Amino acid sequence: MGIRERLSGNEAAATAMKQINPDVVAAFPITPSTEIPQYFSSFVSNGTVDTEFVAVESEHSAMSACIGAEAAGARAMTATSANGLSLMWEMIYIASSLRLPIVMSLVNRAVSGPLNIHNDHSDAMGVRDSGWIQLFSENNQEAYDNLLMAHRIAEHKDVLLPLMVCQDGFITSHSIENIELLEDEKVKDFIGTYKPEHYLLNNKEPIAIGPLDLQSYLFEHKRAQSEAMKNAKKVIIDVANDFEKMTGRHYGFFEEYRMDDSQLVIVCMNSTAGTAKYTADRLREEGIKAGVLKIRVFRPFPSEEIAKALAGQKAVAVLDKSDSLNAAGGALFEDVTSAMFVNGISVPTVNYIYGIGGRDTTEADIRSVYKDLVEIAESGKLENPYRYLGVRSK
Amino acid sequence: MAYNFKEIIAERPSRFTAGHRMCAGCGAPPVARMILRALKPEDHAVIAVATGCMEVSSFIYPYTSWTDSFIHTAFECAAATASGVEAAYKSMKNTGKLPKDINTKFIAFGGDGGTYDIGLQSLSGAMERGHDMVYVCYDNGAYMNTGIQRSSATPKFADTTTTPAGTKIPGKMQARKDLTKILVSHHIPYVAQSIGLNNFKDLYEKSEKAIYTNGPTFLNVLAPCPRGWGYNTEDLMQINKLAVETCYWPLYEVINGKYIINYKPKNKLPIEEFLRPQKRFKHMFKQGNEWMIEDFQKEVDARWQELLDLEEITNSHEA
Repeated sequence: MGIRERLSGNEAAATAMKQINPDVVAAFPITPSTEIPQYFSSFVSNGTVDTEFVAVESEHSAMSACIGAEAAGARAMTATSANGLSLMWEMIYIASSLRLPIVMSLVNRAVSGPLNIHNDHSDAMGVRDSGWIQLFSENNQEAYDNLLMAHRIAEHKDVLLPLMVCQDGFITSHSIENIELLEDEKVKDFIGTYKPEHYLLNNKEPIAIGPLDLQSYLFEHKRAQSEAMKNAKKVIIDVANDFEKMTGRHYGFFEEYRMDDSQLVIVCMNSTAGTAKYTADRLREEGIKAGVLKIRVFRPFPSEEIAKALAGQKAVAVLDKSDSLNAAGGALFEDVTSAMFVNGISVPTVNYIYGIGGRDTTEADIRSVYKDLVEIAESGKLENPYRYLGVRSK
Repeated sequence: MAYNFKEIIAERPSRFTAGHRMCAGCGAPPVARMILRALKPEDHAVIAVATGCMEVSSFIYPYTSWTDSFIHTAFECAAATASGVEAAYKSMKNTGKLPKDINTKFIAFGGDGGTYDIGLQSLSGAMERGHDMVYVCYDNGAYMNTGIQRSSATPKFADTTTTPAGTKIPGKMQARKDLTKILVSHHIPYVAQSIGLNNFKDLYEKSEKAIYTNGPTFLNVLAPCPRGWGYNTEDLMQINKLAVETCYWPLYEVINGKYIINYKPKNKLPIEEFLRPQKRFKHMFKQGNEWMIEDFQKEVDARWQELLDLEEITNSHEA
């Protein structure tokens, strides 16, 4: 039986990092993830972890130092948000191309500009094609559990890709909720020790990392990255199964909530799933067959599985907490509709950009989406699939 | 043990090997070779190199010229990357994940673009944090890899592709940044300025000190570029000599804050001697442009005097 606690999302992430006890943490403070390196620094100062904490002068250097450390043969971790991730952007691609299983706690926040410190998913969406595995978390428990599974996935020999665990800034990072923690020893056994095959600090086998990689080889190297991302799907499920055996908590690519007999489904990520589930429960009492598909694994994108899960619905709404500013819908919407099209599933599907810059998304907002879905299902008509939720019209 | 060039060359094979694609007459490869020769043969090194000429010419997949472990990530973060490697080493040594008996040294290389300019922040951060590493700037005074654009290390009046000597503006109008002194201001234990001169004694000895001083150390090494400076490839060593004899590039080291000038020319040569063999300064020798040479000389004299003063001041209070 685990340890019952009450922690914020940031405390949960820091606790996971303490139990993981990585060799190196390099981080730079940014709201709302600042608390993670703060808490972690106290673990370092009090000797509860063996980690070298590198208090870098920028997020660019944070990711550079993580790359150096991971390439050296260490487990390296970091935490950031929004503009911090933007500043890392160049190094984010380099980390994945060097096949370094760095793990990041990303506390999602709106990317400037203008400056805003509150939650949306524009930071994570900005790196969705960077070759990082991206796991999303509805609450502090999931943020904690996802971090405990992260190294097993990222370091797997068929994967070797960096991984970020996302949670919503302030909404979960600063909200204290009940959580069930694992004992330190259990975490240690579950994660195991990191044994890289090749690493800089092996004086018996010097290696060179980060070449100039021209027309003759870059394509093959990129293709290999792509294959690793495909391989990650199996590994993610295998690790989740092991985790379930230990904790009883089930994780898949996504969670299907009340979808056994649903007709109208909202697809969303992170904390909004809580509001959507609550609203679906209320609507069920009113006879509306509402369901929720909460994405956990956004990269790799479980395309086939999502299409299959949505087959047979009467209408689907995809909620994007980031505007792609492309006059053609959000990133999650594009991925979900593409998945359905490719797999021959045709369900009327509508997109809502919502919650930008921390705009609150209430039960009433979610109700209005289901109400739209009822209309779409009844009329069979879908005018304007690209919609906004909770924004002033003028 | 006294420095002996022949012995060093014979006993310490180059750890930066042949096959790289640096230009003939480039000042950087001999610098890299000699710095790595200062490593004890039994010590392992991890080399971090910023994007630039040295990186793109020495590690083109699948070939590498580096016999030690090597990492390149990006342009502005060789120091940050090396600091991560060093932190990993410290951590893994403490926890027994690495054998106790290995001794690994950390050396970062960057050109003046990756050091004076885009990489200055990450260098400053790494030095302030106290990582046990050497950062070497091979300063060729412009962004040579992208085709000779001005940097903050480019000397005044130099003709570069972003400060072309035109009819209205005669080259770069600003004097160069004094990066070595900026590093001195970090109060790190060892900072030095060097060059590949004569039998490379100066560079070897400074490299040895930098590598085996505990904590962050910095070497600024002038590394002429035949393409960017416009000299004949066989004249590299002569250009280096003139840089020192004119006091354009003084050889000095700062050990725990105390300045030591390693060479004071008996007859300081006029700056024309250094400028004349280089095409980038050709326009300065046109009739009517004498003022440019005078201006340049004044700057060199002022900086040399400042250095003499600093040596006197920092050595006047013996502990």
